[in-house]
Amino acid sequence: MPAEGVFSLIWVLIALPLVGAAILLLGGRRTNKWGPYLAILTVSAAAVIGILMLLGMFQDSAEQRTYGQNLFTWVFAGRFQADMAFQLDQLSICFVLLITVVGALIHVYSLGYMAHDENKRKFFGYLNLFVAAMLLLVLANNYLLLYVGWEGVGLASYLLISFWQHKDSAAQAGKKAFIINRVGDVGLSLAIMLLFVTFGSVSFQDVFGSADKASEGTLTAIGLLLLLAACGKSAQFPLQAWLLDAMEGPTPVSALIHAATMVTAGVYLIVRSNVIFTAAEWAAVAVICVGLITMWMGAIIGSAKDDIKKSLAGSTMSQIGYMITAAGLGPIGYVFAIFHLLMHGVFKAGLFLGAGSVMHGMKDNVNMRRYGALRALMIFTSSTFIICYLAIIGIPPFDGFFSKDDIIHASFERSPIIGILAMLAAGLTGFYMTRMVAMTFFGKARWEDDVHPHESPKVMTIPLVILAIGATVGGMSLVWWGNIESWLEPVVGIKTVELPLPSWAYELTTLVLVIIGSIFAWMSYARREVPVEAPHGNLLTRAAREELYGNQVNDALVVAPSFWLSRVLVWFDNRAVDGFVNGSAAFVGGLSGRMRRYQTGFARSYALSMVGGAVLVVLALVLVRVS
Amino acid sequence: MNPSNYVILSAVLFSIGTIGVLVRRNAIVVFMSVELMLNAANLAFVAFARMNGNLDGQVVAFFVMVVAASEVVVGLAIIVTIFRTRRSASIDEPNLLKY
Repeated sequence: MPAEGVFSLIWVLIALPLVGAAILLLGGRRTNKWGPYLAILTVSAAAVIGILMLLGMFQDSAEQRTYGQNLFTWVFAGRFQADMAFQLDQLSICFVLLITVVGALIHVYSLGYMAHDENKRKFFGYLNLFVAAMLLLVLANNYLLLYVGWEGVGLASYLLISFWQHKDSAAQAGKKAFIINRVGDVGLSLAIMLLFVTFGSVSFQDVFGSADKASEGTLTAIGLLLLLAACGKSAQFPLQAWLLDAMEGPTPVSALIHAATMVTAGVYLIVRSNVIFTAAEWAAVAVICVGLITMWMGAIIGSAKDDIKKSLAGSTMSQIGYMITAAGLGPIGYVFAIFHLLMHGVFKAGLFLGAGSVMHGMKDNVNMRRYGALRALMIFTSSTFIICYLAIIGIPPFDGFFSKDDIIHASFERSPIIGILAMLAAGLTGFYMTRMVAMTFFGKARWEDDVHPHESPKVMTIPLVILAIGATVGGMSLVWWGNIESWLEPVVGIKTVELPLPSWAYELTTLVLVIIGSIFAWMSYARREVPVEAPHGNLLTRAAREELYGNQVNDALVVAPSFWLSRVLVWFDNRAVDGFVNGSAAFVGGLSGRMRRYQTGFARSYALSMVGGAVLVVLALVLVRVS
Repeated sequence: MNPSNYVILSAVLFSIGTIGVLVRRNAIVVFMSVELMLNAANLAFVAFARMNGNLDGQVVAFFVMVVAASEVVVGLAIIVTIFRTRRSASIDEPNLLKY
């Protein structure tokens, strides 16, 4: 239905942070003083509009909760048309609220975290740019406009990862993220082209409306290309290598972009294109495989890393693996993918911000082997971190319990193998998160000499407290009061899960596995002394520290061959192309060097050659005459 | 009298002029040889005009005379100038304009 009342403000949602970014980035040093506050204001205003829209949606009946707003025709060429048009529905509003509310909290937190950074204004400008691009991504009503947002968040991610570009590692990490994302973006652009060729349109409405007319082969190809795009953006296998390096960025960036919002854009893409994946079964199976592989890779990497942010990044990969798996399960999983995405956005943002708060007190040291016994010194940070920790490992009644168990149920309905793998990964989640909490907040102090841990200022702890409250009540409220399943049903469809055993049996098994993992981690990292130097470790630990050789595989399969190819091309250019060009130049040069010897300066020799030439001409004429 | 004799005479005069240009060193003599060639050509033009029975060749002969007169003016001026600076009218001596 057309957008009226508060829904006519859809474009304002995007425009607010975009204008904020423009003012901050173009305004230069003049905006240094009030720029960060303006950035917080624009995002908060967007959050308020988002909440008003949610309230407005409750007024309408479920089928009418899709609001379209067409600003203008953006691209028009032949049969191709793409509008600058937005679509707000039950799925988009979930993302709008996640992006703006968590985004606003992280903006506030950054005020404290980045207080002493001289480029604070630029940082807030980039953050606003990111929020605008991400909102465009989730509000677009066609794939081309979604692609603009998709690229926009990639750009913001690149700018923010390498925000401290004076550090070589940060600059490299930004480049790496950008380049690996480009591989996924190629998938998305090919998918858009294929969509246009198949359906003659790129708008969601046209594509989903006529999806059943396309052949299954085409839909599978589109699905696989969309999956490639999702892999790039969401750091899923085989394009996962950039996410751990992306932790070089400031911690609020890791929380907002590389945990809560941007990396979940792949899940959004798959769930938004649910019609295609439901019709193309093999593409959906590929989605499940990618999800399961990444779920395990992330968990294994997270279990071995000593860097608190990289360990959390492994955990993010693993949790997004859950979402992707759920999204591959079809109508039984879409809702749970989004549910887990929202819950993960809250508790993972809380965990990252907590980690940032710990780093803030520990002179930016990220090595957990140098932490320990921080619980009492950082009372707000540690308690909120532990709440979010309980949420991620899925202890009832915190919100990860609801969302993750739903995914495990849905997996068991599809196949016991997927279910068991998801369940065991939950146990591993318990292990690595307990390890992190134990190494950071419990055990003995292993601080470096001149470190004096302290609690962070209120501007940082208050967002933590709000996120922790969200992680406590979010799951309960969305299941019992909000009923997210019936909320999302008009967009993604739903199928009730039917299992041979009662659902509490699965929940109990998962819980037991999580507790076993946690106790194991507690025994190894809280009760026992943690060495400051990492022990040699077994084969799996060493592989996990090396990020399961993801970088080495990329080097061997992609980087080394392209270096080799470019060397061959350089050789070809130097020898063959330059050889021909330079050779012909040398030939002409040498020839003219000899020819100019005939310019003797003697007028009579010129006269002789003229006579000779004239004689030749005459002879030629005579010859022609005679013959 | 047979007009082709004039053509033969013209060819003989032209050859003498050519040989003069090629073998003599003195610029004035070379110049005179050039004049000889031009006038040999004029003779041929006039002879052909007579043979063809129209005036085209005679017209061209007049043109050649006009051009030859102007050429003599410029050419002699150059030769005199060169003689003034170099004290020589040899045509082989001014050979600086070369590779």
